[in-house]
Amino acid sequence: MSWTELAPAAPEMALLALICGVLVVDLFIEDARRGITYWLSMGSLAITAIVLLATAPDSRTLIFDGSYVSDGLSLVLKLSSVILVGLSFVYARGYLAQNGLHKGEFYTLGLFGLLGMMIMMSANSLMTIYLGLETLALSQYALVAFDRNSKVAAESAMKYFVLGAIASGALLYGISWTYGVTGHLGFDEIAAALRADPGLNGVPLWFGIAFMIVGIAFKFGAVPFHMWLPDVYHGARTPVTIYLAAAPKLAALALVVRILAEGLGSLYEAWQGMVMVLAVLSLVIGNVVAIAQSNIKRMLGYSTIAHVGFILAAFFCGTEQGYGAALYYAITYVIMAAGSFAMVILLSRKGYEAENLSDFKGLNARSPWFAAMMLFFMFSLTGVPPWVGFFAKLTAIEAVLDAGYPALAVLMVLASVVGAYYYLRVVWYMYFDAPQDRSVLQASLDTRIALSLNGLAVLALGIVPSWLIRVCYEVFGALQ
Amino acid sequence: MDLSNSLLSLLIWLPIVGGLVVLAIGDAGDAKSSRAGTMRVVALASSLLTLVAGIFLYARFENGVAAMQFVERVPWVPSFGVDYHLGVDGISAPLILLTVFITPLVVIAGWDTIKQRPAQYFGAFLILEGLMNGVFAALDGVLFYVMWEAMLVPMFLIIGVWGGERRIYATLKFFIYTFFGSVLLLVAFIYLYVQAGDFSFASFVDVPLTLTEQKYLFIAFLLAFAVKVPMWPVHTWLPDAHVEAPTGGSVILAAIMLKMGGYGFIRISMPMLPDASAYFDGLMIALSLIAIVYIAFVALVQKDMKKLIAYSSIAHMGFVTLGFFLLWSILERQGDVQGAALGMTGGMVQMVSHGLVSGALFFCVGVLYDRLHSRQIADYGGVANTMPMFGALMVLFAMANVGLPGTSGFVGEFMVIMASFKASAWYAFGAATILVTGAAYTLWLVKRVVYGEVGNPKVGQFSDLNARELTVLGVLAFAVLLLGIWPAPLVDMMAASVEQLVDQLGRSKLAGL
Repeated sequence: MSWTELAPAAPEMALLALICGVLVVDLFIEDARRGITYWLSMGSLAITAIVLLATAPDSRTLIFDGSYVSDGLSLVLKLSSVILVGLSFVYARGYLAQNGLHKGEFYTLGLFGLLGMMIMMSANSLMTIYLGLETLALSQYALVAFDRNSKVAAESAMKYFVLGAIASGALLYGISWTYGVTGHLGFDEIAAALRADPGLNGVPLWFGIAFMIVGIAFKFGAVPFHMWLPDVYHGARTPVTIYLAAAPKLAALALVVRILAEGLGSLYEAWQGMVMVLAVLSLVIGNVVAIAQSNIKRMLGYSTIAHVGFILAAFFCGTEQGYGAALYYAITYVIMAAGSFAMVILLSRKGYEAENLSDFKGLNARSPWFAAMMLFFMFSLTGVPPWVGFFAKLTAIEAVLDAGYPALAVLMVLASVVGAYYYLRVVWYMYFDAPQDRSVLQASLDTRIALSLNGLAVLALGIVPSWLIRVCYEVFGALQ
Repeated sequence: MDLSNSLLSLLIWLPIVGGLVVLAIGDAGDAKSSRAGTMRVVALASSLLTLVAGIFLYARFENGVAAMQFVERVPWVPSFGVDYHLGVDGISAPLILLTVFITPLVVIAGWDTIKQRPAQYFGAFLILEGLMNGVFAALDGVLFYVMWEAMLVPMFLIIGVWGGERRIYATLKFFIYTFFGSVLLLVAFIYLYVQAGDFSFASFVDVPLTLTEQKYLFIAFLLAFAVKVPMWPVHTWLPDAHVEAPTGGSVILAAIMLKMGGYGFIRISMPMLPDASAYFDGLMIALSLIAIVYIAFVALVQKDMKKLIAYSSIAHMGFVTLGFFLLWSILERQGDVQGAALGMTGGMVQMVSHGLVSGALFFCVGVLYDRLHSRQIADYGGVANTMPMFGALMVLFAMANVGLPGTSGFVGEFMVIMASFKASAWYAFGAATILVTGAAYTLWLVKRVVYGEVGNPKVGQFSDLNARELTVLGVLAFAVLLLGIWPAPLVDMMAASVEQLVDQLGRSKLAGL
């Protein structure tokens, strides 16, 4: 195998080399100059993005005996993840420095997590995807426990680790059944084997699929495997929450698309029902339980569950439009989620975490601009035009109606009406109530700029939605 | 570049950009600062420029043409067949004119009465104006829906920030109610898109649909539009929203936002689902008559002026839906195309007239509220003694609300009652009760507020209308009288489009299957 043939894996290799470099350099930097690690990490992300674009093959390319793939889907997902991880680093820096937590480990763990995600996004075999998943998951467990003096963080890291290990075990168990039945690990081979011998489609394979779906649902945070999500989002320090809420959702999407759509696409009937149950339960329970939350991180955690319901509902259709809509929904959702969690960072100051809903009271009087940004995020998450969340909802509903499930479409929009209440409550606190705390916002300048750009992006993508929709749909060949 | 090619875009974007400029200028946290003064001038200038654009629209509008005019069409989301597609005909043009006419009055009325965050107040109204024009001009399902729902955001803030004591309850109720209605509208639009292949209204009108499909879609549309009109029994958000909203918010709600429900029926439900509309016409007529007869009695017992006018609005909007849905009974019973067109025109004239009259009545309540900070009827009495000019104007608007000949209120109601005679004498009997009950609640309101002894020592110290208030009410009084005495320009504007619509509604969609 020559070096040029390795080009599809070049971004991951470059990233790994860069992470090792950052890790070594960081050892020799004292705490006061931790900014160097930050800039090196941002540089690594930039180089990874450049390599990603430079080595992107024109068509679907397989390497490592077909267990690694580079295609449109991997390119779109990886590029989005690199940007989102970079965004979460920008949000993190000022906050970590303010709270005496500015350690190099945050960046290196974040980058290792990104490496895991990128491997998942390019996986073309069950073994590769599992390797990527574990690389990501181990980084995430450590990130949640990053603040070692915080009891809440330690508790949620423990919870996350135990439940995550069980879910990984379930996934691996399902993988082994699938391997046992089909005799293959590669998605292309599994698909070919299923085409060649329809007799494989039976209870043992379905049993394996069920376990794999349990693993997938856990990673996504879909009901009934969602219990960890609000606790972890709440317990982790806010920059870690932003990290967890953004790019790993795209990796979870890669997991579900690669395994179910590409590997087991012909067994659509086998997994469709299970995905539908997950989608419906997530939509209903996520939206209803979010109403009862008074902590904004928990509330947004339940809101994530509800949005995962939307993503899975679009995916459930099993059509190209459905996959395209799920991808578009996931990308736009993580942009909104990153911004809304970053608002907590904006309002926090040294030693004080502004994570209660009441901390948003009267924000319009303190800073009309950032109140407007939060208004953008909240209405976008509600699915109100002209923000991008509306187009995400539109594409998902279109896919569901096109596949012939009007009842599910009605359920989706009714769930979003329930959801409107808790998003509106944030707007109401910001605009209709008097501030309880009139202190000046202390967030750093780069956080403010990133947050403003993030908010404006949510508006701009809603006013000019066409290109991103086209990118996401072309990945699956869903454009007529 | 010919202005006509982008006049509608101008009507939408000019106020929105003006609103953003107003927000950018800000008010320096003080309504009396010179910054706030500049901001007000910019706000008024944007609304007046939009009015000028509206006058251009009227001048260039060709009566007698049924097709869409001033059409603009640019692809927006090509992968879903969504276009930025604008156009007006005789049905939408009068409503755009109403919008651009009312908004400057709202800006003037709020000039120095809004003390808290004036920049955000004016900014919200200007953005709202652009979005409302967008609703009336949109000819694409997604564009329509974007405008329709985006409109909720400024209104939510207007009621919530500048409203009365129970403003948060009222504004949440307003948002959730209308959001609930509109999400089903979205599902219905997407369903039609899946059938038709693109989102343009013209394709939605042409696509063949079975009766069952039409029935489900009709119910989805009905929820969206009935909440907006509002029709009994989904009207309960309106009294709350009106009572708690600031004066400008009540005016825009009553004058324009309620019209969107009626506009939705006539632009969307009826032409896209003619068979389901014919199927459900009995239900619609029944709901309209309940609104006219029952809600009028509810209005009679109100103690709060704004609530009384809000209920009166619901009753009067019943005429709009009644006029529209009489069509099939008239066509079936007599094959009378002229009669059907009469009901339709009556409903539309009623929309414009009610926009002026209810807007004016809410302004009147606002004038009183600014003086006494009470909306209770019992707190007033004998206002005419200290405010003769106000008394005269309020009586005029009350008469228009009753439907006295010579005022705009008479024209639409008379046409609808005439048309309902052609359908059934019972419908006409039900509709005509408003002439009695409407007179009862309106005149009783006037009697208790304007006439009689000075009931409250504070009323004795009232000063009469100032120049700003007189401008607003005077302009509205002129419009109400003009339309009452000479409705021909309005009716001529609508005639060709109404004729085409009636012709189209007489034809079943089922034949295309």
